[in-house]
Amino acid sequence: MPIQYYLFLSFALFCIGIMGALMRRNAIIIFMCIELMLNAVNLLLVAFSKMYNDASSQIFVFFIMVVAAAEVAVGLAVIVMMYRRVHSVDINILNRLKH
Amino acid sequence: MDLFEILFWILTIGAISSALGVILSRNPINSVICLIATFFAISGHYVLLNAQFLAVVNIIVYAGAIMVLFLFVIMLMNLNADVEPQKSRLVQFAGIISGGILFLVILAALRDSKINGVLEKSSNSVGLIENLGKTLFQNYVLPFEISSVLFLSAMIGAMVIGKKEPSNDLPERSPNQN
Repeated sequence: MPIQYYLFLSFALFCIGIMGALMRRNAIIIFMCIELMLNAVNLLLVAFSKMYNDASSQIFVFFIMVVAAAEVAVGLAVIVMMYRRVHSVDINILNRLKH
Repeated sequence: MDLFEILFWILTIGAISSALGVILSRNPINSVICLIATFFAISGHYVLLNAQFLAVVNIIVYAGAIMVLFLFVIMLMNLNADVEPQKSRLVQFAGIISGGILFLVILAALRDSKINGVLEKSSNSVGLIENLGKTLFQNYVLPFEISSVLFLSAMIGAMVIGKKEPSNDLPERSPNQN
């Protein structure tokens, strides 16, 4: 199987993530789209790891998962804090830096 | 068309359709469930690519821990399709167009690239935990240790951010915050 198939699949997932981050206003959905983009990159790294028979890129995938877990913990705490303040997860409310 | 390709296409269609379900469904709970389905499909791809350890870790960490955290937060906030904020049609259309244009640009760049790798179907021991552990602890010990510090700081940061504020700084809020 040529590696192009996996490249196309990863790019499709990445672009779906970008579309979701641009289309939605719910902060949690945007966060989930970021997770989707991270997973698309992971899939690409694993495909190249299989292509070159190299374990290093799988270690990179492992570290991406570590960073994603830490990011989710902090990010969800921020979203909960924001919900407690403004009682909404709508990102359009968070434009007070303008004023 | 052998078993490998049949499984590849089934998992690909599953991954892309459930990823579309994440961004198109109006109920956030449905989005989370679609995202879990996407992660399972990606784990199936990892198994096809001989990355068994990563497949298991993906299910445990992503589908098991991270998505449950998302579900808990959504249920805590009691979000559903009725209170879901919607962008205007124009902005949604612009988002779809710009994402599609990015996809087209990447495809056009990829057509001229010289990546001609072929993934042979023979299984190897690269993705097994023994090999990965040796690589991790021989070549990547320092990032491993740094990631432990990252986890500690993320844990403390999440606690500090998510802590309930003491009530004595309530009057400090500006009046336009409601």
